[in-house]
Amino acid sequence: MYYLTKNLASKISLLPMIIISLTVFVGCIIYSFIYSLTGSKLIPALNYVGFQQYERLFKSRKWDVAVENIFIYGFVFTIGCLVIGFLLAVLIDQKIRGESLFRTIFLYPYAMSFVVTGLVWKWVLNPTFGLEHSMHLWGFDWFKLDWLVNRELAIYAVCIAAVWQGAGFVMVLMLAGLRGIDEDIWKSLSIEGIPKWRSYLFVILPMIRPMVVTSIVLIAAGVVKVYDLILALTSGGPGYATATPAMYVMENFFGRANLGQAFAASIIMFISVICILAPWAYYEFYFRNKEAK
Amino acid sequence: MNINSKNFQPNGPRPKHLTIGRIGMYCFIFMCALFFLMPLYVMIVTSLKDMDEIRSGNLLYIPKALSFYAWPKAWSEACTGFVCEGLKPGLINSIKITIPSVIVSVSLGALNGYALAFWRFKGAYFFFGLCLFGAFIPYQVMVYPLLKIESAIGIYSSLPGIILVHTIFGMPILTLIFRNFYAGLPIDLFKAARIDGGNFIKIFFYVIIPMSTPITIVAVILQVTGIWNDFLLGLVFAGRDNQPMTVQLNNIVQVDYGVAEYNVDMAATILTSLVPLFVYFISGRWFVRGIAAGAIKG
Repeated sequence: MYYLTKNLASKISLLPMIIISLTVFVGCIIYSFIYSLTGSKLIPALNYVGFQQYERLFKSRKWDVAVENIFIYGFVFTIGCLVIGFLLAVLIDQKIRGESLFRTIFLYPYAMSFVVTGLVWKWVLNPTFGLEHSMHLWGFDWFKLDWLVNRELAIYAVCIAAVWQGAGFVMVLMLAGLRGIDEDIWKSLSIEGIPKWRSYLFVILPMIRPMVVTSIVLIAAGVVKVYDLILALTSGGPGYATATPAMYVMENFFGRANLGQAFAASIIMFISVICILAPWAYYEFYFRNKEAK
Repeated sequence: MNINSKNFQPNGPRPKHLTIGRIGMYCFIFMCALFFLMPLYVMIVTSLKDMDEIRSGNLLYIPKALSFYAWPKAWSEACTGFVCEGLKPGLINSIKITIPSVIVSVSLGALNGYALAFWRFKGAYFFFGLCLFGAFIPYQVMVYPLLKIESAIGIYSSLPGIILVHTIFGMPILTLIFRNFYAGLPIDLFKAARIDGGNFIKIFFYVIIPMSTPITIVAVILQVTGIWNDFLLGLVFAGRDNQPMTVQLNNIVQVDYGVAEYNVDMAATILTSLVPLFVYFISGRWFVRGIAAGAIKG
């Protein structure tokens, strides 16, 4: 009894957190996993079918497309954000005039929602009235920018919009890293006569590795859950060309009433996020703490 | 993450002379700035053109004649499905969702952080770990079971329902940032308050809350932008009568029938992003700390 009443106020105040952690975070995963082993259609039913839903998932053509898209998107978006973010951070680090103005310009898209980002780029890339039309009016008749209606290229349109939105965030992280570099290192590099671009690439970049790793992890974790952006920009189209796993899950939950399939797909999503984040979380929270001690 | 204002100061003075290299660099950075500004510019000019000019003219040109037709229409007349009330109800809904969600989730985060930092009990950190784990779970995994839980309690598809959802999904990250902040406060202060007879509640209200301003600003920015920009949760949990602005915006723009009015679409898009942009422009560096903390959220 003493153990229960000791520090009682603290226990009571943490009760919501404990309940939510157990019921929502842990409970939902268990619930989803159990029902992913059933043949649930419109309503959750406990008709156990083993791993059939997963088998069906991996055989599904749509899921294939979704996974392929998420790899393309993940690769282009991550590389794009890192390269552009790092480049912008280096440029901003050159003691330029109007630094805070440029920083504001590069980061403002990050304040916008994915829906807004998607809708703006949908308009800019509009094949009839968008940028293509502008270029034709300027006399560049060969110019072609029909990505949104092109099955092969539509996913790259999504990447452009996403990089536009996220590159500023990477820039801020990288800039914080660059500004943490000791001035003496720069002095010794210039005494050695090493060109600036080589210093950045081969000396400074390895030194800000923690920031690079953090950026990669944060971007990659965002990749798996991409949903609103694609819904606004292409609605998954043309046809099914830009569908993603998140979209597949939502469609099976709410559009096709195919709950078992949706649960199975969502569990796969969950596992892939954990695979991306677990090593990093282990390093950040556990390994570092040990190092500090 | 080491993002504080000190780190944003450039090291050393600016070079005195403009070399060819520096001119080239300025040109490049200027081009980048144009690329980043272009969509915002296109949004604004498109919203001020009439449809004839949009069809015949150049996307990138400023309007020949200013037309304010689109703005009032986007605000109060544009159609989403069968209802033609514009974005106004969405804005009101977004406010009705955002304000209570931010207050509840930030208060709860502060309380959790305080209890974890100063009143640890056996097992508290186990549950904290579970809670943090929740930040990594994609929303898609939790949406359906949570919907079931909410309909069992009878708040699914209502204002309390969506507020609860935002409180739940904000909890891991808010608890984390408040706990880290409080763990950085001098422990002697807490001990002194204890000796003076403060209990759990008194110390929280008279000692801890008055010291929490900076972290509260970060938490509020994180939650206001996050909740305002949310689409998925609003779509699933808010119900037809409480749809937030982002959902309504998407419905307005994606209508399948009738003539697309791009100027109205763009005016509506700008209206939807006004609040986060306003938060961004007034909060400056606080914003970066807020988003950096929230970036892992599901």
